[in-house]
Formats: sequence, C-alpha cells, structure tokens
Amino acid sequence: MSKKSIRQFRGVTRRTFLAVGASALLFAACGNSGQSAADTVAEASSDTAVPEVSTNKIVSLSATATEMLYAIGAQDQLVAVDNYSNYPEAAASFENKIDASQPSAEAIAALDATVVLLAYDPGNLQTQLEALGITVWTGAAATSFDDSYKQITELGELTGKSTEAEALVASMKSDIETAVSSMELPDAPVSYFYELDNTYFSVTSNTFVGQIMSQFMLQNIADTAEAGNDYPQLSQEAIISANPQLVFLADTKCCQQDAQSVAARPGWNKIDAVAKGNVVELDDDVASRWGPRVVDLVKQVAAAVAKFVETSKK
Amino acid sequence: MGRWWIPAAGALALVSVLLGAMVGPAGPTWWRVPLALLDHLPLVSLDSGVTSREWTIIWDIRMPRVVLASLVGSMLSLSGASYQGVFRNPLVDPYLLGVAAGAGLGATLVFTLNRTGSSTWIIDPLPLSAFVGGLLAVLVTYVVGTAFGGQKSASTLVLAGVAVTALATAIQTFVLQRHTDVVRQVYSWILGRLSSATWGDVRLVLPYVVVSSAVLFMHRRLLDIMRVGDDEATALGASVNRVRIIVVIAATLGTSAVVAVSGLIGFVGIIVPHAVRLLAGASYRVIVPLSLLMGASFLIIADIPGRVLQNPSETPIGVVTAFLGAPFFLLLLRTKQGTR
Repeated sequence: MSKKSIRQFRGVTRRTFLAVGASALLFAACGNSGQSAADTVAEASSDTAVPEVSTNKIVSLSATATEMLYAIGAQDQLVAVDNYSNYPEAAASFENKIDASQPSAEAIAALDATVVLLAYDPGNLQTQLEALGITVWTGAAATSFDDSYKQITELGELTGKSTEAEALVASMKSDIETAVSSMELPDAPVSYFYELDNTYFSVTSNTFVGQIMSQFMLQNIADTAEAGNDYPQLSQEAIISANPQLVFLADTKCCQQDAQSVAARPGWNKIDAVAKGNVVELDDDVASRWGPRVVDLVKQVAAAVAKFVETSKK
Repeated sequence: MGRWWIPAAGALALVSVLLGAMVGPAGPTWWRVPLALLDHLPLVSLDSGVTSREWTIIWDIRMPRVVLASLVGSMLSLSGASYQGVFRNPLVDPYLLGVAAGAGLGATLVFTLNRTGSSTWIIDPLPLSAFVGGLLAVLVTYVVGTAFGGQKSASTLVLAGVAVTALATAIQTFVLQRHTDVVRQVYSWILGRLSSATWGDVRLVLPYVVVSSAVLFMHRRLLDIMRVGDDEATALGASVNRVRIIVVIAATLGTSAVVAVSGLIGFVGIIVPHAVRLLAGASYRVIVPLSLLMGASFLIIADIPGRVLQNPSETPIGVVTAFLGAPFFLLLLRTKQGTR
C-alpha cells in the first residue's frame, strides 16, 4: 500500500468508526427515552399510595404457572407472561410477552414486578431478581400429581387465593378419581407407545405422563429402552416389533402428526394400534404441562382406553 | 501516528463502559448514571437523584455485565490475535484448538447430571466443568498434535484441533440425544450470555484474564519475530516452539475461563484483531494492547442493543456480535482490497 492509499483507507475506517459510535449513541438515546416514560409511571403509582389489596405484580415465565393462576382467578395480578403461555385465550393474547430462555432481570424490574414465577432458572436470574427485591417462586416440572397440587396450593397462598386453590385441587382430585374409577379397566395390561416427536422420542413410566398412563393398566414399550433415561429415543424397528396396542401422539402441534400420517409411515400399518384405529391425538401443550388441564389429559386417556376395551370385546 | 491509537482506544473503552452503564429498559434517566457512579467514589458526594433500587440496577445488574463483557471481549480478541500470530493463519480464532467444543461438552454434562439446579453446590459447577472441558480438549489436541507432528507441528496441531472438536461435538450430541430435557438450557448456554452476569462471575474470570493477558503482553515482541516464519525466527534467536507453547497455553487458559461464564460468543476473536491490524498495522506491539482495548469496547457496545431491541426479552449476544460484526468486517475487507 502506498502512503496515500493508507491515509485514504484510514480515513474511511475512521468514518466507519464514527458511524458505529453514532449508532451506539442512538441506541442509548432510544433506550433512555422509553425508560424515562416508565419512570414517570412508576413514580405516579407510588405517589397515589394504593391500598394493600393484592399489590402483587406477577411475571410468569412458566406456561404451567400461568394456567394455574388463571384457574384460581389470580390473573389480574399478572403483568407479563412468557412466550409459551398460550392458554387460556387471554394469556395467549397478553400484551407483555417475555422469552423465557432469554429473560432480562432489568426488563422485569422495569415492569415493576414484585413476584416472578419460574419453571427453571436459565442462569443467575433468581440471584439478580432477588437483588432487586423481587420475590422468586420456582415450580419445576412436576413428577407426580402431588407435585402439581402442591404448586397450585403455593400459588394460592402467594396470590391470596388459597380458597380458590384448595377448591381447584379438590375438584381436580375428584375429577381424576371419577375418570379412573367410573370406567372398566382392561383385564390384561395394554401396551402403548407415547410419541413426543416424529423422531420417536418417548417417555418411560417414571415420568408424570407415564404415571397417568399406568393408572389405566397401560404398559409402556419404552420402559426397557434405555436404563436411566426417562426420555429415550426409540427406533422405528423397535416400535414396530413391540407392536403397541395404543399409540399416543403428543406431537400433533409441534410436528403436525395425526392418525393418518402415522398410518402412512412405512411398516406402521402392521402395528395393532394403527390397524385397529387406536391412535390417540393429544394436545402437545396439555400433555407436557402439569397444570389444571392434567384433568383433560386423564379424561382423554380414559376415553381412549374405554374405546379400546369396547372394541376388543367385539 | 501509531501511538495515538492506544489512548484513543482507551478513551473509546471508557465511553463504552459509561454507555453500557447508562442504557437499559429500567433504571434512572441516562444522565443520572454518571453522577451516581461519581457519587459512589470515595470522598465524592453528589446528589444524583438515583433511588436505591435504581442504584441496584446500575451496580448489580448492569455493571457486572459491562465488566464481564469487557473481560470476555478483550480476552477473546487478545487470544484470537495471539493464535493468529503463532499459527501465522489469519482465519484462526480462539476456539481453534477445541476450547469451544470441550467447554460445550463440559457444560452439557453439568446440565444432564445436575438437573435439579446447582443450589446445593458450594461452587457453581457449570463454569468449572466448562473450564475443565475446554482445557482438557486443548490438552488432548496438544498431545495428539505434537506426538505425530515433528517439524510441521503448527499445522498438525491445527488439524488435531479439528479432530478433537469433531469428537467432542459428537459426544455432546450423543449425550444431548439421551437427555433431551436439557436441550433448552444447553442451547441457551451455546448462544452465549452476558445478561445473567453477576459480580461472582467477574471474580471468577478476572484472575485468569489478568494472568493470560500479562503473559501474552510480555510475548508481543516475540510474536513479531514469529511473523517471519519458523526457520527465520529460529535464526533470529527465538525458540519458536517454546514461544508457541507458552502463547497457546496462556490464550487457552484465558479463553476457557471466559467461555465458562459467558458461553460461546463468536466472531469477536477474529474480527477485532483484524480490524486492529487494518487500522494500526501488523506489529504485535500495537496489536496486543489495541486488541485488548477494542475487544472490550466491541463487546460492551454489542451487548447494548440486545437489552432494548426485544424488550422485555434479551437478544442473545452471539446473534448481535455476528450481526454487527459480519457486515463491518466485510466493509473493512472491501476497503482493504480497494487500497491494495
């Protein structure tokens, strides 16, 4: 490079740097104009001294916790939900949506939140929130009905809706009991395959879903797949040779699977469940959450088993 | 001319730190932040009008991520520059010898073995395991690469790094396939994160960054000699292999430490050293300090849009660095071509 060209080149890059610097300043300006507006709102609300009736401002980063809050009638305390919170309808159309895998403690503080509900902590979120004086409640994925009831009860206490929470738990318990006891269970264990996605990931009986299935005399073909792994991936060969009598699809939303597409898979028409029309289409969300809609899942499984018992008698 | 770059880069770094402390979705009005920072200096008393909650946001949420961004940015840039120097290869980045894949495997193992969270541990096992994984991967690369390398050890080492990376990634994929329930956590770690930075993270990486940077700093003249080629450098009296080992160890140690707390933040280790070379020349006496300062500024600034773009969510830092870095780099390259 000649000296002149070096000078020219440096001039260009210097301008580039100036441009980068200027855009950084712009970002700064944007960030702060939004923030001062939020400040004014915050100041105004603290001036008016709201009485002590449910002053909770809850951010739910767990779709299950969101469903629980709506079910116990505490939804008016919500100020933001995560992007997986799509039930009930009102939660789905919530204005403030946060990506639960990349939440920002500062943004949660900007919403003036007092309580944050988590299913898991993606990093040091709990530490950061607690430093800001925000209460953190964690409701990890339930492994039993009792886990789920316990979380509902805790949320009831947290939101001042204990009575509603107790009523909800009681009705869930009785609904589930009725669903199981009111039907004729099969005489012998019925084998089933539970499909999490269309690459044949499944669950074992140790999981929450697996426990629900076990109540209906169902036997999981994935139980012996991989020791120590409750979410094993099965091969098509293993599934076809295990010949399950029932197939549950928990991938109708994620992967657009249904009874028809399963029947179209090569070799699958040899499976009992497929040949006899015992492929059950579940709602992915209902099947993967541990909130009040567990009852719906239990009822759907009960109906499928009842249908199986009915048809096998003929 | 060249000596003005260092004070200028220093000033840019300071401005970046201030910007980093001022911008965010919550907290006080921007101009109060410098006042509040001054107010907390010893012997200074100012009325900044910042509430204690706002100060918590500045000091416990924003400052750790600014400081961590500067440490991570400067370490990755410096390591990148040093690797490029000892391997005489402009495409080399600090993840070359398997650090990233090893650290990724370490992190994945922690997520799968410790699914209930790390609350019962005295030390957070995640950065520790990522750190150990990164170091082990480079150690294997080194042992394999030098065992069969002979005279051509530099290129053999790079190839060994490729093999180790592939192996570690394969193991990681296998482990993930058996533990699909942790995919989300691992994915979020791989994307890189500064948003959850705490002062604990800063304390964790600071010693490694200081020691590594000091060692690399002391080798900046030897890196210049290495530029002429192994034989010529040997003729000039440098013990080429020793320099290479020391530089690689120092750069790896620092990189493993920052990767352990921040995940994989791409592009910094390639872009910043090259930008520095294009701006201030090819001498490592300038590249080393400039990479340190510019790397810090780059990552602090790259971390800012992520806070406000998708408010109330964060945009992953790795996305922002590539998004800002790639076009900027292309522009620099084009300019360089034009002036040849």
